Amino acid sequence: MAALVRRMLAIGFKSLILVGMLVAACAPAPAAPTQQPSGRQAVPGAPSEIKIGLVTFLSGAASGPFGIPARNAAEVWVDKLNREGGIGGAQIKLVIVDENVPTDQQVVQLRRLALDEKVDLVIGYISSANCLAVAPVAEELKLLTVLFDCGTNQVFEEAKYKYVFRTAAHTGIDGIGAARYLLTVKPDVKTVAGLNQDYAWGRDSWEIFIRALRKLKPDVQVLDTLWPRLQQNEFSGEISKLLALRPEVIFTSFWGGDFVSFINQGRPRGVFDQMTVLFNNDGANIEEFGKDLPDGIIIGFRGPHWIEYPDPKENPLQKEFIDLYRAKYGRYPMPHGSYHVVQALQGVKAAYEKAIKATGRWPSVDDVIKAFEYLEFDSPSGRISMAIGYGHQAVEPAVYGITKFDPQLGFSRLDRVKVFPVKCVNPPDGVKTLDWIEQGFPGAQC
Amino acid sequence: MLTERLLAVLFDGLIFGAWLFLVSAGLTFVYGVLRVLNVAHGSFYALGAYLAATLVGLVVGRGLSPALTYPALVLAALLVGLTVGPAMERLLLRRLAGRDEVTGLLLTFAVLLIFEDVIKLIWGVTPWAADAPYGALGQLKLGAVTYAVYPLALIGVAALMGVLLWFLTGRTAFGKLVSAVIADREVSAALGVDVGRVSNLAFSLGTFLAALGGALVAPMISVVPGISVEVIVIAFAVTVIGGLGNVAGAALGALVVGLVRTSALYFFPELDLFLVYALMTLVLIFRPYGLFGRAEIRRI
Repeated sequence: MAALVRRMLAIGFKSLILVGMLVAACAPAPAAPTQQPSGRQAVPGAPSEIKIGLVTFLSGAASGPFGIPARNAAEVWVDKLNREGGIGGAQIKLVIVDENVPTDQQVVQLRRLALDEKVDLVIGYISSANCLAVAPVAEELKLLTVLFDCGTNQVFEEAKYKYVFRTAAHTGIDGIGAARYLLTVKPDVKTVAGLNQDYAWGRDSWEIFIRALRKLKPDVQVLDTLWPRLQQNEFSGEISKLLALRPEVIFTSFWGGDFVSFINQGRPRGVFDQMTVLFNNDGANIEEFGKDLPDGIIIGFRGPHWIEYPDPKENPLQKEFIDLYRAKYGRYPMPHGSYHVVQALQGVKAAYEKAIKATGRWPSVDDVIKAFEYLEFDSPSGRISMAIGYGHQAVEPAVYGITKFDPQLGFSRLDRVKVFPVKCVNPPDGVKTLDWIEQGFPGAQC
Repeated sequence: MLTERLLAVLFDGLIFGAWLFLVSAGLTFVYGVLRVLNVAHGSFYALGAYLAATLVGLVVGRGLSPALTYPALVLAALLVGLTVGPAMERLLLRRLAGRDEVTGLLLTFAVLLIFEDVIKLIWGVTPWAADAPYGALGQLKLGAVTYAVYPLALIGVAALMGVLLWFLTGRTAFGKLVSAVIADREVSAALGVDVGRVSNLAFSLGTFLAALGGALVAPMISVVPGISVEVIVIAFAVTVIGGLGNVAGAALGALVVGLVRTSALYFFPELDLFLVYALMTLVLIFRPYGLFGRAEIRRI
């Protein structure tokens, strides 16, 4: 019996992987938009279409809050770009694949995109582990790969890449922004506790936050750090312990189901009345909560990716993005995935156009890379600058605010918003995040 | 101070254990009676949760009494148990007779993947909340800590479910028929047992249990894509510790995992995740057939 179970398990897991591969291989490419370029002169040597592989979670726990809102935004934005003439006259065609395969399979999938699908470039990856796994392979394949959403600061701090870029800020600004914002609204804070999922991003989030906070206010005391399983969803024990300890502030990097479950279970037990809860990322849809999100929660955004920041009245791209997204999906774009993928598309377009201008013809990968490094481009999230990681890593300001229900909007709006400028929360080029914190943020301009 | 902590460990451990038992009872029951490691258990759990969220939403949306949300949870599970369960047994599982157990695993895994997308087609990807029943039972203050009554009530529900299942399988004519069918399908059929009907009933009951787990847990969580897969992992750990196919084993496994994890949370929070799997490893080393399982002779 035992042997049988073991055999079944072994075969079961092998078949899981096999099926995963099959699913990945069969993931359908959506129909390409078919509009013709609107009369703009094509660049010499330009192909009729430019094929972009988009890797995002279409299934699994990260698909709801991040993956599918990213795909939706990509489709809306690609339609718009194609209506306006694509990239240098070439229509963008997306080849969408599911990121929900084991990390070792990501590499296989990336190879398939490069060799079988023959994509011109890849925009992808929400999971930090996946970004770290694919970057060296992209380099090996000489495949331009734009990481669009993953958070880990290690990508360009621990290695140097030629073919890999990231058009969104890394998670450093989550933690540093959280510490700075907390001290703005609660300058006398004495006690904090951590409640983070036990995996790489949860550990990194806490590490960066607590080091930044201790640097800025050395007498802060950590009462406890709790490490529940990823997507545990049941937090009776954690909540009891926190209620007994009564820290002034709970720092958490929960996202998705855990985020919602913690709110559902904590609210009736008074967690949000008795303590300030700080989420370092908006890892669940604030709009979906309606009136059920407690007031007074601190929520952070890894950059200005909220419906009111940047102000749509002052940023026409932001207004256009929100309007297009709402017209098609009947809701607001999600701050993480939706905005990040549009940043990537805008970055790619700007890099190609800059390269075309410089060379006068359809650019090679090397031309595009040269144009991409230290590029600045406009997006619905404002002007993005590829200022660090030797020109491969974007910087963004950090945005933090406190939830307050708005009956007119039908969900919570952000109150007491503070935008921390780029140089206040991002280390300078070539400096590692944790080193920068340790040295006391030299050169920070707040 | 220490007694207070131990009491909290006991309470929270029981809550977590009850939750684990509710989400894993269906898996172990179906394995016990049909010898199918039903990976689609996760889908039935998710279907129960989604349907519960929909029905609770209807009750709340029409301004009806929150007390009606509790029968709505059970109704959701019944709907899944009465439709999906019999259909799947009749159309798919019946064809497995005489095949290797691995075929059943692959078949139910395929069903899980299909349902994952079917659920997305019906309910979309945004989270569904069914939290009305959670708040409606109110709170209870124990010392400095406020507890919600709903999860405490689930301890009772889980215990009741365990006793009923034990009674049904061990002490009723239906239970005896099921044992006969497991022991030998052909002889049972020759003796006049309607083998197809017994299997169909048993699988439908397992489906109902899975959906009931989802429906009862739905008020505490966010009902989102992916819960079907997550629950399979944890339900599997619990049932393997207890002995696959044994309902009493699943109850003990759930209780042990609940208490160990909660003790870790209070006394060694760094080891929270580690201890549960360390426990599973230890059990598998010393009793590979689980705490309640029995070593079986393999027929070749």
